[in-house]
Amino acid sequence: MLESILLTVITAATPLIFAAIGELVAERSGVLNLGVEGMMAMGAVAGFAAAHVTGNPMIGVLAAIVAGVVMAALFGIVTLVFVANQVASGLALTLFGLGLSGLIGDSFVGIPGVSVPSLNIPGLTDLPIVGRVIFGLDPLTYLAIALTIGVSWFLFRTRGGLVLRAVGDSHGSAHTLGYDVIRVRFLAVLFGGACAGVGGAYLSLVYTPQWTEAMTAGRGWIALALVVFGTWLPLRVFIGAIVFGGVSILQLHAQAFGIGIPSQFLSALPYLTTIVVLVIISRNRVLVSTNTPAALGQSFVPDR
Amino acid sequence: MKKVLSAAVAVIALAAGMSAAEAADKLKACWVYVGPHNDGGYSEGHDKGRLYAQEKLGDKIETTYVENVAEGPDAERAIERLARSGCKIIFTTSFGFMDPTIKVAAKFPDVKFEHATGFKTAPNVGTYNSRFYEGRYIQGQIAAKQSKAGVAGYIVSFPIPEVVMGIDAFMLGAQSVNPDFKVKIIWVNSWFDPAKEADAAKALFDQGVDIITQHTDSPAPLQIAQERGLHGFGQAHDMIQFAPKAQYTAIVDTWGPYYEKRINAVLDGTWKPEQSWDGLKDGIMQMAPYTNLPDDVVAMAKKTQADIESGAVHPFKGPIVKQDGTEVIPAGQNLDDGTLLGLNWYVKGIDDKLPQ
Repeated sequence: MLESILLTVITAATPLIFAAIGELVAERSGVLNLGVEGMMAMGAVAGFAAAHVTGNPMIGVLAAIVAGVVMAALFGIVTLVFVANQVASGLALTLFGLGLSGLIGDSFVGIPGVSVPSLNIPGLTDLPIVGRVIFGLDPLTYLAIALTIGVSWFLFRTRGGLVLRAVGDSHGSAHTLGYDVIRVRFLAVLFGGACAGVGGAYLSLVYTPQWTEAMTAGRGWIALALVVFGTWLPLRVFIGAIVFGGVSILQLHAQAFGIGIPSQFLSALPYLTTIVVLVIISRNRVLVSTNTPAALGQSFVPDR
Repeated sequence: MKKVLSAAVAVIALAAGMSAAEAADKLKACWVYVGPHNDGGYSEGHDKGRLYAQEKLGDKIETTYVENVAEGPDAERAIERLARSGCKIIFTTSFGFMDPTIKVAAKFPDVKFEHATGFKTAPNVGTYNSRFYEGRYIQGQIAAKQSKAGVAGYIVSFPIPEVVMGIDAFMLGAQSVNPDFKVKIIWVNSWFDPAKEADAAKALFDQGVDIITQHTDSPAPLQIAQERGLHGFGQAHDMIQFAPKAQYTAIVDTWGPYYEKRINAVLDGTWKPEQSWDGLKDGIMQMAPYTNLPDDVVAMAKKTQADIESGAVHPFKGPIVKQDGTEVIPAGQNLDDGTLLGLNWYVKGIDDKLPQ
């Protein structure tokens, strides 16, 4: 049972990890994209549709990446090239994505999906307790872990990451030093879109292999919150997603055990716990202020 | 892309068609859904009813709907917008639309309102409901016959009478077969969240139940049952294509004929607010084909269904005893509709504590 609970927790956390890590990169470059929910929904429908048509879930994942990138590009053009307000454009992107995904997905409703098979290494996967948790996950979950480590490495161990953070902290200075602020931000936004797309596809291909309108059910917003409470650090965002997933699953188990705590309170528990945990690990104020992208949400117009 | 374009063209054409239709003075009938119109569950059931009425009444009416309307204050805006846009009859299809419906109805005395599953009425507000509990009683019997563990899992949305009635009926059905039958209950506090419903199903199976049933709207729990080689029941809709090996049967909502009847009443001016509550015998709900079951269990289910339709069996037949042991009605009586519609207690044998 412990093994099964762990597996369920990991499944619950994975879409959040994808969406939140993608958004983290965009925000580190100084762009606040509130359209995560819309990009996820588009990823979910594109992934489902492509997998259904071709029969290959991996093509579904690729289609989800494309869908997320296209949505993000739309946002990038509006906010970076035409300098529209990021908050308003992001909200519009969410509404647009939810609506468009419903329209595109209309003919895919009520069809069972193609699911991504889990890894199976004879011998290792059969180990008690840890076997399936370490060696028996679906490929996308391994990708989510690799993504977290990769992004952390990129941001803090490479020159590219330094440039990206510089752009997010002070676009004026970065521009003066000769970096192309708009280009860096655009790429970061596209990366965020790709990740949100995969997060959405995880829902429609792995979590519950089906497409229904609005099936993201607010996970994009939770991802956004995780980025802030995780103080823009990939590892903390990862922990936050696991805590959120873990408490969501444990509260269901608590209910099924019949421990008599009101279910409304239990339902709120994942949110409360995640906030408390992340606030505690982020209590170093100096560290928080160094990690907050100073130019977050500010538009940049190169004047010369 | 081509598909999107053609869809966009279709939308424009539809809009143009609508304005032309308004000119022809058709009766406008409108629906408010709590989920997407094609959720594969409860809201889709209502939408099928809408399409049925549209088909039957042809060019006498035009229909429209608003979907994904949150229960609560938001619903009031959505309903009011429909009333202003010229709807003559508005069907609000979820329990949480009750107070918003009553409020908007007071402002639009010329518009007829019909609220599903509620209990408040007004001179221009009627209610309608389906005796879903009849189907749940049959499901309870099947579960008690089929479960090796002697315990079923029940995924539920909100503690409203409609839902509590379902749990009680399920347990009464199960107890009629196995008096010691148990149920584990998980409230997910949502009508529609496939991932959360799936998680609840996993939690229940992990705790040893081998049959689940649900009062939430997505087919996700049945998919999990299928994956685990266990079983469950479809909700509001025949969900067999999602779980060909796992679904035993499903309660299938069939609202179409009711909608046709009520819209006709508006058309010929005979509409009066009613509290309509039909069941299996009226065809407002049906049982999906009994599948994945041994013959004797199918025979039992069919017999119970026939007995409920004929009135020989009433799921809430006395003696009915509450969780705490107090007897509500003695043997020989059936629980009356008023009590049922306000049901807020569990029957004996349920260990869960009902959220208040």
